[in-house]
Amino acid sequence: MWVKQISIFLENKSGRLASVCRILADNDINIRALSIADTSDFGILRLIVNQPEKAYQVLKEQGFTVSETDVVAVEIPDAPGGLAQVLEILAQKEINIEYLYAFVSKSAGNALVMLKVEDLESAVEVLTQNGIRVPSTGEIYRI
Amino acid sequence: MYWNREMECMPPEQKKKLQLERLQQLVQRVYETVPHYQRILREMGVKPHDIRSLDDLAKLPFTTKDDLRRAYPFNLFARPMKDIVRVHASSGTTGKPTVVGYTAEDIAVWSEVCARSLACAGVTDNDIIQIAYGYGLFTGGLGIHYGAEKLGATVVPISTGNTKRQIMLMQDFGTTVIACTPSYALHLAEVMEEMEVDPVRLRLRIGIFGAEPWSKNLGREIEQKLNILAVDIYGLSEIMGPGVAMECPYDMGLHIFDDHFLPEIIDPETGEQLPYGEKGELVITTLSKQGFPLLRYRTRDVTILHEEPCPCGRTHVRMSRVMGRTDDMLIIRGVNVFPSQVESALLESGQAEPHYLLVVDRKGPLDILEVWVEVSEKVFADEVRRLETLEKKLQHSIESTLGISAKVKLVEPKTIERSQGKAKRVIDKRDLYK
Repeated sequence: MWVKQISIFLENKSGRLASVCRILADNDINIRALSIADTSDFGILRLIVNQPEKAYQVLKEQGFTVSETDVVAVEIPDAPGGLAQVLEILAQKEINIEYLYAFVSKSAGNALVMLKVEDLESAVEVLTQNGIRVPSTGEIYRI
Repeated sequence: MYWNREMECMPPEQKKKLQLERLQQLVQRVYETVPHYQRILREMGVKPHDIRSLDDLAKLPFTTKDDLRRAYPFNLFARPMKDIVRVHASSGTTGKPTVVGYTAEDIAVWSEVCARSLACAGVTDNDIIQIAYGYGLFTGGLGIHYGAEKLGATVVPISTGNTKRQIMLMQDFGTTVIACTPSYALHLAEVMEEMEVDPVRLRLRIGIFGAEPWSKNLGREIEQKLNILAVDIYGLSEIMGPGVAMECPYDMGLHIFDDHFLPEIIDPETGEQLPYGEKGELVITTLSKQGFPLLRYRTRDVTILHEEPCPCGRTHVRMSRVMGRTDDMLIIRGVNVFPSQVESALLESGQAEPHYLLVVDRKGPLDILEVWVEVSEKVFADEVRRLETLEKKLQHSIESTLGISAKVKLVEPKTIERSQGKAKRVIDKRDLYK
């Protein structure tokens, strides 16, 4: 259920993102979802890839500062109100979202978002109780 | 204009006699009262009575900033604390500052040399002098302050900062002399322009500038912008503070008050004395200091000594404007900064690897310090908020160690060049010595 997200520290200068993507490409690693959080000086690149362990290793070998974080993928109806519904469930339980980003591809007509919250377990529990599907780890990597 | 004609214009032969006499007394004094010197002189087999001529100076040991660090805080003081009436401190090479102590006699000598310096620049008891050097542990403010009072000038002890207020007081009080760092003088000129204050309509006529190196070109720029005469004052807290040497209006370098401060130039690599006219490291022996006397202190400032007479009539040995450093010390906004201080601040914080780089630049007249710190896996967090907190923490820790503001920039690992042997810790884009 947990999905391994790879986070990479990037300086705000041209070519850094390209360089990460090139390293992944050369190692035959496919990016499933991505988001960048940035400030004026630096950014944090967050990636979901098909082979997180390998991605972690190769980026580290190339001198990047990399970390792994557990996040969860949530399936939401690809229709107006889909995301709102999921967020309201979490809000009611006072589960605070640290960040969230959308998946590149769809899963059987539904949209996918990646969620990072402090307490992943409670989040998954409350979502599934409310009929929201949380795809398995393998399912995500295979997409 | 002389303050003490007898000393300032003393015939060289007579001066040498006086210097030798004072040197002999100094060596005797430190041999008896400072365990550090007693030990070293014994190890070297040098007795006070071995100093028979000024040439014997070369037999004496050097004193370095490291010696001062090891003696922290008071172990090089030659007099009991009851005789010490004041301490000052400057940047050390680690988190601890370098502490210096003064007896009442020392303060009197310091006031005297500062009065000489001001008189040398043409300041008189009719002047109103605004002292915009920092007051406090830094020697700049209080040093000039005592000299100006001794001279009988009217002192406005405004200290640093609050530029608009500085300018308001210049207008309202009719300030005639400003004492500050040369870069602050440029800043004053800029703010005057913004405030639409015409320097020509002020009574300002002389600027006493020191605490950081500045070129003659920068001096001319300040002279034009502020409509004043800009003169260079040299000093360092280890020796005394400002007033070790002073430029006279003949533009022939700075007169070292060598009845109190005995200068030499050495080859920084070998420690060998170099003749007049050759470029090397300035070494000073404090001939008359009581509280904190130093034998052959290595200033790390690079200059040239000149003994030819100056048209102003002073017989003091002259030094060229400081041309550089023999160590990695930086002077940022008048504050001495050692890269090793940043290193100890980073290590102390426990939040960063000691891979860092100081990038110094000048934006307009003011120095900007950026400290690049590599983000290791140990401190990397997946959240922007946490990295920003880290940045602020490191910044705070560096600022409180250095005493000046700095901007921390997190960079990727291996961004900072790893050189063979000594790492490159500084990029200084300012070209201070040109």
